[in-house]
Amino acid sequence: MNPILFACTRKGLFVLRKTDGVYAIAEHHFPGEPVTQLLVDHRDGAWYAALRMGHFGVKLRKSVDLGATWIELTCPALPKKPEVAPWAEDSTPWSVDLIWAFALAGTEAGELWAGTMPAAMFRSRDGGHSWQLCESFWLNEKRLGWFGGGNDHPGLHSIVVDPRDPKHVTVAISCGGVWTTHDDGANWSLIGNGMHAPFMPESEQFNPNTQDAHSLSQCAAAPDTMWVQHHQGCYRSIDGAQTFTRLTAPTETDFGFPIVADPANPLRAWVVPARADTYRYATDGAMHVARTDDGGQTWQVFRKGLPQTHAYDLVYRHGIAITNDGKTLAMGSTTGGLWVSDDAGESWTEIEARLPPVAAVGFD
Amino acid sequence: MTFAPHLRRHVDCPPQVVAAATLRSALESALLAAPTLRHYVFDEQDHIRKHVAVFLNGVLVRDRIRLDAPLSDGDKIDVIQALSGG
Repeated sequence: MNPILFACTRKGLFVLRKTDGVYAIAEHHFPGEPVTQLLVDHRDGAWYAALRMGHFGVKLRKSVDLGATWIELTCPALPKKPEVAPWAEDSTPWSVDLIWAFALAGTEAGELWAGTMPAAMFRSRDGGHSWQLCESFWLNEKRLGWFGGGNDHPGLHSIVVDPRDPKHVTVAISCGGVWTTHDDGANWSLIGNGMHAPFMPESEQFNPNTQDAHSLSQCAAAPDTMWVQHHQGCYRSIDGAQTFTRLTAPTETDFGFPIVADPANPLRAWVVPARADTYRYATDGAMHVARTDDGGQTWQVFRKGLPQTHAYDLVYRHGIAITNDGKTLAMGSTTGGLWVSDDAGESWTEIEARLPPVAAVGFD
Repeated sequence: MTFAPHLRRHVDCPPQVVAAATLRSALESALLAAPTLRHYVFDEQDHIRKHVAVFLNGVLVRDRIRLDAPLSDGDKIDVIQALSGG
């Protein structure tokens, strides 16, 4: 059966199904509402959609019938802000503004992770009906050193769960570096050494606690291989994100937001380069995707099927996705373009040109 | 106490008469009828969301935090979506 393709956009969730070999929009859920993430729990078939209503805040909806009906769930929520030091002076609001990442947790259906802005981790064990804050992470004083990267506040956007041991979870924060837990969220450690932020004061440039990892992706078949698209550079780790090595720049720029690991081949990954960083669109307005097949030593650039003139599209950090078999990619942009590639990113077919701005894409 | 259609579109909560001494207690009482609506009106710190507006007898209440305005018999409270943003 062909996978379903999801596009989470500024004006709702689009569900695309393949008919006669081509993806086409089949359903439009939550029209008008910003949808920031979607998670499919393949263990029970449930869909979880995160909304960010302009007036009424974050909302969480669940469907157990492939989108025919939705119920409203309790949202991840931060506790009351203390009135004593050090947290009384915390400049970060204690209010969830965005659900920016989902992941399947544990081994049972309905065990979930959610990552938010401000940067926090939440765990559900009951299919999203209740959420528990990872308190040791939220109350870690290192958090006071984090700051927003293009947003007002730091945000947690990437969650990868070790397929060998689901209690081992690694996350990335803009700007708060890379963190890991080996006990299902009870204790967290700052890792991610080796990344470099030239925009910081000299003494802080290699501080792992303030690196702006734009996205983090893990190779499912070799989970110690992780890739980071950083604010300044592409990085790869072969020791479970403990240390990173900076890679050759994919093009004349190594700025961008997403990075996607091949699920099977630890040497292969894709990025969508963009002109840094006050421009934030493809160099010369010509969209392209870059792929490495040798662990980031060299890159190939692919343009076939992508707009090459006056394309001011930016692909956000969740704007590209890959099927579990590693054959099909989908990509959506801030200008509302949606493309699919069936040949590992070498050529692309335009599915839609004028969707609302795309925050995230995914396959079921 | 009334909640505007923009709120009732998500979680219905018909107009109600509640007994309360302050604005906060009136809001708390009214939202007992539609607990899911609470998160649309209040944030986690129990402040009124910045794009929600509360009117007391037709006058915008600028305090979003204390909500300690005293109430009298017959006062009318409207909770609406503030028309902000674009």
